Amino acid sequence: MSFDIALTYRAGEGTRECEIASEAKLVAITGPSGIGKTTLLNCIAGLHEPLSGHVRIGGETLFDSAIGIDLPPERRRAGYVFQDLRLFPHRTVSANLAYGEQAEAGLMTRSEALDFLGIGHLARRFPATLSGGEAKRVAIGRALLAAPKFLLLDEPLTSLDPPRAEEILRLIERIRDELGLPTLLVSHAAAEVERLAGEVIVLD
Amino acid sequence: MAPWPTSAEWAIVALSLKVSVLAVALTVPVAYALAWLLARRRFPGRILLDAAVHLPLVLPPVVTGWVLLLLFGRTGPLGHWLEETTGLVLVFRWTGAALAAAVMALPLMVRAMRLSIEAVDRKLVGAARTLGATPWRAFLTITLPLSLPGVLAGTMLGFARSLGEFGATITFASNIPGETRTLPLAIYTGLQVPGAEAAVTRLAIISVLLSVAALLASELLVRRSHGRRAHVL
Repeated sequence: MSFDIALTYRAGEGTRECEIASEAKLVAITGPSGIGKTTLLNCIAGLHEPLSGHVRIGGETLFDSAIGIDLPPERRRAGYVFQDLRLFPHRTVSANLAYGEQAEAGLMTRSEALDFLGIGHLARRFPATLSGGEAKRVAIGRALLAAPKFLLLDEPLTSLDPPRAEEILRLIERIRDELGLPTLLVSHAAAEVERLAGEVIVLD
Repeated sequence: MAPWPTSAEWAIVALSLKVSVLAVALTVPVAYALAWLLARRRFPGRILLDAAVHLPLVLPPVVTGWVLLLLFGRTGPLGHWLEETTGLVLVFRWTGAALAAAVMALPLMVRAMRLSIEAVDRKLVGAARTLGATPWRAFLTITLPLSLPGVLAGTMLGFARSLGEFGATITFASNIPGETRTLPLAIYTGLQVPGAEAAVTRLAIISVLLSVAALLASELLVRRSHGRRAHVL
């Protein structure tokens, strides 16, 4: 099973529950703003502590309150592309890409990633000088180079104009089809969800 | 008035620099650790620690010096322990002057460093963790370099403060020529005796120049480390 997740967690003022059990490679999570979609991703990545439940992805248990398993974020191997990207402002694009780079059994080498994402010409730039679409591709590249076992994409198309959004959509399709990583996509754009996802979970 | 300082006056300047450099070198790691604790951790007694760090800023310096004398005097608990274990005596020594300057500079350094640590987006640390960084590596590669402008500014500010330290120094380390008579103490001494006006003027000018240089250096370092990030290499 790609995803076997059942979590109770605090988000904002309330307590939320979410269950995902799916064989699909790409599962979309959708629902109104403020419902706790990002918090759910943070729980899965290990950045936010859920109240109870379990997270199993690709057969591996990352969190299980019943048997006291709670891997720290650095051992969960999530390729997390944050909505606000969180590129390191004091590091060049190439140093951002190298930050989590795994020599062994990565999905791709750095030069392959630069090609795959079309960001080779940006290597020596600092994040502050990138356009929104460029920064997004760098954030995706940084996540892929860390040899993730799964991907968490939080609203990857927001704040992009239609041509850039189309570019990133195609990229996500390629990641889904060519790399075959289990991917959770948070989005509230119906068209994007329909086009990409094998299964859709609605939080409400 | 002879325009150039005499060799005795240069010796006072050298002593002041020696005392301030040691004071700041001792204080930087302590101040950064305190700043990080106060900025990033919630623990019982945090408010008390915050108050204790800031105490030298608001206490009369002579009281700070007296407390140092009680603690680090040869019969004080810490002074006695230091002498027993390491043979180090602080009171009436230049190292004691450095300790007094360090304590007085600490609050200023902690404030500058704390602000710059608080300005580092914690979400970046989270991002580093998901990329495989342990908490320690995330600290060394994200929090520390991004808070560096505040560390440099705090260090320079602390250095300038140490150069000007008077009250706690004269109380704890006394005013011993060649040992603890730093610039402010030498100026004060000069003002107590007739005929030393020229020496006082020269030492005061040097004090002003050193302080301005420290402040300018701090400003330049901060600007450089801010500017670097925004530009294409």
